[in-house]
Amino acid sequence: MTPEVTPEIVAKHGLSPEEYARIESILGRAPNFTELGVFSVMWSEHCSYKNSRPELRKFPTEGTRVLVKAGEENAGVIDIGDGWAVAFKIESHNHPSAVEPFQGAATGVGGIIRDIFTMGARPVFSMNSLRFGDIRGEEGAANRRLFAGVVAGIAHYGNCIGIPTIGGEVYFDDSYAGNPLVNAFCLGILRHEQIARGAATGVGNPVFYVGAETGRDGLAGAAFASRDLTEESKEDRPAVQVGDPFREKLLLEACLELLASGCVAGIQDMGAAGLTCSTCETASRGGTGVEIDTEKVPKRETGMTPYEILLSESQERMLVIVKKGQEGQVKEIFEKWDLPYSEVGVVNDDGLMRVKEGGRVVVEIPARALADEAPVYVREAAPKPPPHPSDSKKLLADIPEPDAAGIHSALETLLKFPSIASKRWVWRQYDHMVRLGAAVLPGSDAAVFIVREANKILAATTDCNALYCRQDPREGARIAVAEAARNLACSGAVPLAVTDNLNFGNPYRPENFLQLREAVEGLAEACRQLGVPVTGGNVSLYNESPSGAIDPTPTVGMVGLIEDAAHITTQAFQNPGDVIFLLGSPGSEIGASHYLLAVHERKAGAPPALDFSREMAVHEALRTLIRKGMVRSAHDCSEGGLAVALAESCLAGPAPLGATISLLPDTTERTDVMLFNESQSRVIISVPEDHADKVSELLSECGIPWTRLGTVTDQPSLNIRLRKDAEYSWNTEHLQHLWNNTIEEIMEG
Amino acid sequence: MKVGVVRFPGSNCDQDCVVALSQFPGMSAEILWHKEDTVAGFDAIILPGGFSYGDYLRCGVSARFSPVMGAVKDFAAAGGPVLGVCNGFQILCESGLLPGALVRNRDLRFICEHTHLRVERTDTPFTRAASSGQILRIPIAHGEGCYFADNDTLRDLREHGQVLLRYSDERGYLSQETNPNGSRDNIAGICNRERNVFGLMPHPERACDPLLGSTDGRVIFQSLLS
Repeated sequence: MTPEVTPEIVAKHGLSPEEYARIESILGRAPNFTELGVFSVMWSEHCSYKNSRPELRKFPTEGTRVLVKAGEENAGVIDIGDGWAVAFKIESHNHPSAVEPFQGAATGVGGIIRDIFTMGARPVFSMNSLRFGDIRGEEGAANRRLFAGVVAGIAHYGNCIGIPTIGGEVYFDDSYAGNPLVNAFCLGILRHEQIARGAATGVGNPVFYVGAETGRDGLAGAAFASRDLTEESKEDRPAVQVGDPFREKLLLEACLELLASGCVAGIQDMGAAGLTCSTCETASRGGTGVEIDTEKVPKRETGMTPYEILLSESQERMLVIVKKGQEGQVKEIFEKWDLPYSEVGVVNDDGLMRVKEGGRVVVEIPARALADEAPVYVREAAPKPPPHPSDSKKLLADIPEPDAAGIHSALETLLKFPSIASKRWVWRQYDHMVRLGAAVLPGSDAAVFIVREANKILAATTDCNALYCRQDPREGARIAVAEAARNLACSGAVPLAVTDNLNFGNPYRPENFLQLREAVEGLAEACRQLGVPVTGGNVSLYNESPSGAIDPTPTVGMVGLIEDAAHITTQAFQNPGDVIFLLGSPGSEIGASHYLLAVHERKAGAPPALDFSREMAVHEALRTLIRKGMVRSAHDCSEGGLAVALAESCLAGPAPLGATISLLPDTTERTDVMLFNESQSRVIISVPEDHADKVSELLSECGIPWTRLGTVTDQPSLNIRLRKDAEYSWNTEHLQHLWNNTIEEIMEG
Repeated sequence: MKVGVVRFPGSNCDQDCVVALSQFPGMSAEILWHKEDTVAGFDAIILPGGFSYGDYLRCGVSARFSPVMGAVKDFAAAGGPVLGVCNGFQILCESGLLPGALVRNRDLRFICEHTHLRVERTDTPFTRAASSGQILRIPIAHGEGCYFADNDTLRDLREHGQVLLRYSDERGYLSQETNPNGSRDNIAGICNRERNVFGLMPHPERACDPLLGSTDGRVIFQSLLS
């Protein structure tokens, strides 16, 4: 017995009375209970982007390298030359991870991997961007549990399936307490001619279901992801799916073999909204209809209703549209890989998504209207608040300039601040070496991966300073793009394209919607200036816990190409005697800095201002030097400013090196501002001594400000001299211990 | 020399082994599907790393029942060289081709990092190109790589010179700090008494390319070839 559709039932499905009226007009009748469920998941924010779509249209999506554009398919595809291409995307699994961190994160990884091999690409590496509440102290216990669970879940899935997790970022801030962010990125490699489409083409072609049996897990997870988290969310635990990386490994190998066989007309994974989404989207893209029978769907539980089968988000399942007459070959491949499969339906020409239960029609909905004609809302944005103050003097008015001991402890505080401290405890749990590609170990400015089958070297990074975005979403988003590009430049790469994960609070609150709009416009502008397209991504709204919305977090995933293995560069100083240069100006902006946050516990001030032409000039200068073989290490200045960047370059190698630095600027700047300001477009490099003069000459020709800072030493000591009366010295062995072990000590107690 | 690299469902270092082996002149490598019941035509067999059958029950325990393992056992009994890396080592122990067992790491977490290994014996087809006491820098990547055997078995292994690799520091010194996973006696790799079956937790195939930071794994494959 299916329940009657009442206004209460409609509301419970998260559909407004207006949306319900629209459903009635599409169908020309009232929907039944199952159809209502189908509309509710397809028109959830997670599937339809109904509250963000008008904003997403602002992104630049065109480019000479773009082979598959944002929104066309499961992931964008970018040309990398010689007939090879990459498919990549980032996607959130925030709410499931909040409720069940291990499985939530694991299935997030599984989902993004499926998005990539659905495109016909072989997934070659993963990354992630993670955010949790503060893990320190007694009150951090719940956040430590989430952090440990998420990392273990990512490790479980990625290690087992054999796709290396080679980089990412982890931040800790109380705005994420109770609502962690788990954004998973995956990249795959394919030949241009291998691009697979998620379209149900060819009337009469059979529709196959392959992969794990359908259960009641993850029921309507897409709708769950599109609500605020509350105290009662724990009761939503059935909305979290359970992952089986072994099954996915078999599915991955079978699908790539299947696609290579030429038997496939279309293929689509069953991710959010499961069987519902895959049938109506393939039909919509193919301009066809798809008819399936729920009785033929492999099930792991008895007594499942069509409603449950259609809305289940059981993992590791695919929908494959097979060219008629080639069913035999397809079955042979499924059987080779011991995968459950079933012919569940057929492509037809009536434009309908029709679901039968045996002989009885239970759903009949125009596929295109369901998939592509979800309501679109332009939400109300709050008026822009006045900008935060940017003058460092004002921001520090009530903070006395620290003495030598104060400066000394400030750097230590920053290096052991969990967001800055080394994430070795995290990436040691990820198999980052499988597939023989990790040319740079995790923890440097960008991950670098050798794609052996294509003879290409890729660099990739995920970046977002959410504190900047909190204080100014537009500038913060611009900086996220600039920093990602800077990290790629520091690794020796040229940026190719961007995927983004927009993590925000409930869009019905005007102040949250303003953040979303400002951030999108900032990202779009920065991508245009950089000349890189956005190839897709994910929107995660409703990131709220009982204590309020998260800091706005538009995470940028950027992929670049390294032309020559000799250009691969890391952040670690390599050689005593090398000369250290600062590319960019010494800077003076302390607003929204981690110095204010970690040392003085304030989120205050405007983020630093970004001058994009300066930014690009610094990248170009850096790449020029790298191409000439003059650079031994490169590291950008980000959280914690110049002092933290210098320290990290000393500490990042296996044994710490030292450095002797002399800044001696002709300013009256405060010492804390000189050391810890976060002005943008700055990179620290080290170069062999005999190249130093030539490097000075080339940097002057590039028209960017630069400073010769000092030299790398073999003594375990970082010495910085700012003025005659301001000299500081840190033992780098001690700093390395703090930086390397802080997170491990917090987590292992 | 033609090497068969077995692909179990869930193997994920099979292709890496093929890539690493193909760098050696005179060596060719082919994937061997686990449903095959013969290894005829191969001069050596590698059981690669990964998570065979998901390793949900116990690492390597399901793979021993794959059809190919009967043929691998016969091949080993006839003196053919068999190398098990990581999950392959676990499968060799589960199959009874090597003594002992691999259990969860001391700190209960998966560990992926470079380790230093001391070569203990060079009188085997897998280590003969190395020098005794040589230190190799080769990465590990496992959650269940803690080698365990009872005291009698350990004594037996020592007496017969079956411990081929131990976790050490870069100078060859052994301690609990240089033992990443709590293995008994710092054991990283052992062979059978006949010296033609070798299992190790570290991944030599990941240390064959200077771009990946070490080429110390080559000596294992070079030994096999010589």
